[in-house]
Amino acid sequence: MISLLTRDLRLALRAGGGFGLGLAFYLILAVLVPLGVGPAPATLALIAPGILWVGALLACLLSLDRIFALDFEDGSLDLLATAPVPLEAVVSIKALAHWLTTGLPLVLISPVMGLLLFLPSEAYLWLILSLTLGTPALSVIGTFGAALTVGLKRGGLLLSLLVLPLYIPTLIFGAEVVSRGAQGLSVSTPLALLAGITAGAVALLPFASALVLRINLR
Amino acid sequence: MGLRVTDLSCARGGLPLLEGVSFSLEAGQALVLRGPNGCGKTTLLRTVAGLQPALAGQVDLPPEAIAYAAHADGIKSTLSVAENLAFWAAIYGTSSFEEALDRMNLRALAGRAAQNLSAGQKRRLGLARLLVTGRPLWVLDEPTVSLDTASVALFGDVVRRHLQAGGMALIATHIDLGLPEAEILDLASYKARLPEIGAGTFDEAFL
Amino acid sequence: MASFWEYANPLKFMRTTDWLLPIVTWAAVIVTTVGLVWGFFFTSDDFRQGSTVKIIFLHVPSAMMAINIWVMMLVASLVWLIRRHHVSALAAKAAAPIGLTMTLIGLITGAVWGQPMWGTWWAWDPRLTSFLILFLFYLGYIALWAAIDDPDTGADLTAVLCLVGSVFAVLSRYAAIFWNQGLHQGASLSLAPGTRMDWAYKAPLYTCMVGFGLVFVALLLAGTRTEIRARRMKALVTRERMA
Repeated sequence: MISLLTRDLRLALRAGGGFGLGLAFYLILAVLVPLGVGPAPATLALIAPGILWVGALLACLLSLDRIFALDFEDGSLDLLATAPVPLEAVVSIKALAHWLTTGLPLVLISPVMGLLLFLPSEAYLWLILSLTLGTPALSVIGTFGAALTVGLKRGGLLLSLLVLPLYIPTLIFGAEVVSRGAQGLSVSTPLALLAGITAGAVALLPFASALVLRINLR
Repeated sequence: MGLRVTDLSCARGGLPLLEGVSFSLEAGQALVLRGPNGCGKTTLLRTVAGLQPALAGQVDLPPEAIAYAAHADGIKSTLSVAENLAFWAAIYGTSSFEEALDRMNLRALAGRAAQNLSAGQKRRLGLARLLVTGRPLWVLDEPTVSLDTASVALFGDVVRRHLQAGGMALIATHIDLGLPEAEILDLASYKARLPEIGAGTFDEAFL
Repeated sequence: MASFWEYANPLKFMRTTDWLLPIVTWAAVIVTTVGLVWGFFFTSDDFRQGSTVKIIFLHVPSAMMAINIWVMMLVASLVWLIRRHHVSALAAKAAAPIGLTMTLIGLITGAVWGQPMWGTWWAWDPRLTSFLILFLFYLGYIALWAAIDDPDTGADLTAVLCLVGSVFAVLSRYAAIFWNQGLHQGASLSLAPGTRMDWAYKAPLYTCMVGFGLVFVALLLAGTRTEIRARRMKALVTRERMA
């Protein structure tokens, strides 16, 4: 288990692993939005919570198809499926590795993004907290989508079509936490719901992911 | 512990391909599958390895006793030879991969990244994985592809030692591995008979 | 007594629908025509909304079917996963485009109705948003079917997607309600006492709803028959190629 995690992390960090692509995308988005919307701090502050969350969503999406595709192509997935590790665990570890290489960096860099978009200072704490609670769900749901499309040629676009609707509840509650935080309102309800979705997804979706992975491998 | 396959039927792409395949393997035995391309060797091996469900019949050896080696070796090109083997050793919970390096003649390549290996060297690395699994039944799909004569002989020795240690091997191959004691099973005679095509007679399989 | 599951055999299904499909089709045509003509031409205008209200006879039945069809797909997917009847999986596949169309009709008639009533074609109201999300779920489901070559793999994967999608669709619905309390009126029909709609409207509306239900069943049977034939054709072609 640990060895699978370290292998995945090592692969992501080595040349061609694609680590940092999501991060760069996030940064570019935070630069493009003011260029498109205009530099007025009031406008940017208003839309910052939504942009930061939508950006995190898209940045996560970018690296999803790598979760299984490479292992599928070189045959590792077949071998892992016959190895003495339950496939549910493999799937969870893969999601964890994806979160560590994509979700966690997004959380860490998000204050800088908030700065670029004039996020009100009261909202920083909630931005970091909501992303910390929400991005694991993005990785787990994305892993399910990646497992669904693993055998398909040109599955990348289909993957986005399948996964983005599944991201809707996470997005709504996550962005709601930040925008309520920015207005100084109580955030406990959306925060609890966000945490609930993450907990449910982390607990249940690996079973669905493993199931579809087995179907795709046969 | 032996492998007993009874009345196995397997399908590919929704169509029955093989039916009534029965054979058994005892500790120390090897079975070589023969048959023309597309006759279902890979399908049978994947079914035995538990990767795809059988249409009918059974395989009574738990998947936990089987090490499967497919056409693709599952090698990560950015990891070194030693790292690749160490990963599989850790997954299978066996401590050492040093011996596997020596036996597959990979010692000199241990530190090299897998992307810089030749096709034959990659294959040797893929087969070395079998040695770190510690599992009794090896299910091998065309193990000798891209191996030179010396490496084929080397691998033949590895399989023989595995058998002598009480292991089993189920091999689909066209090349003689130098295992005269291995039995041979020709799959051509197990080709599934499909029902007659007639109007208004199709069933759940749409045939 | 013959088991209900007997009809899950493709051949039995084809034979049964041979005579059933024309009956259902005619019933659908008649009931829908009666309902729509009755609704459009033989009801009085609403005192506030004028004649625009009559779009309700398209809007409500299609919106209702959009949701019902997803539920039907969910049930069919479960039947496939549990009992492995191909007809069930193919019925779910055939239902999806019909559901997509119903969702689209619901959205478009809603926009046409909303423009004079609310002064806007679109509002990010929870109900409208939920329907747009449902539309996306239909699209994803259909796209996944279309992308997979092997029919059994396709059936399995789309069935799991339907299951997981249903959970997330419900979550999205509640998330959308939480996100924005909207201007859409409550459910148009209600079984509670003190209903707000007059029987002069309700009767043709119910007729339309039954009619839309029948239209769905007719299209579903026809679609499933097509899928069964396509599947058989594919099986025969594969067999030919492998021989």
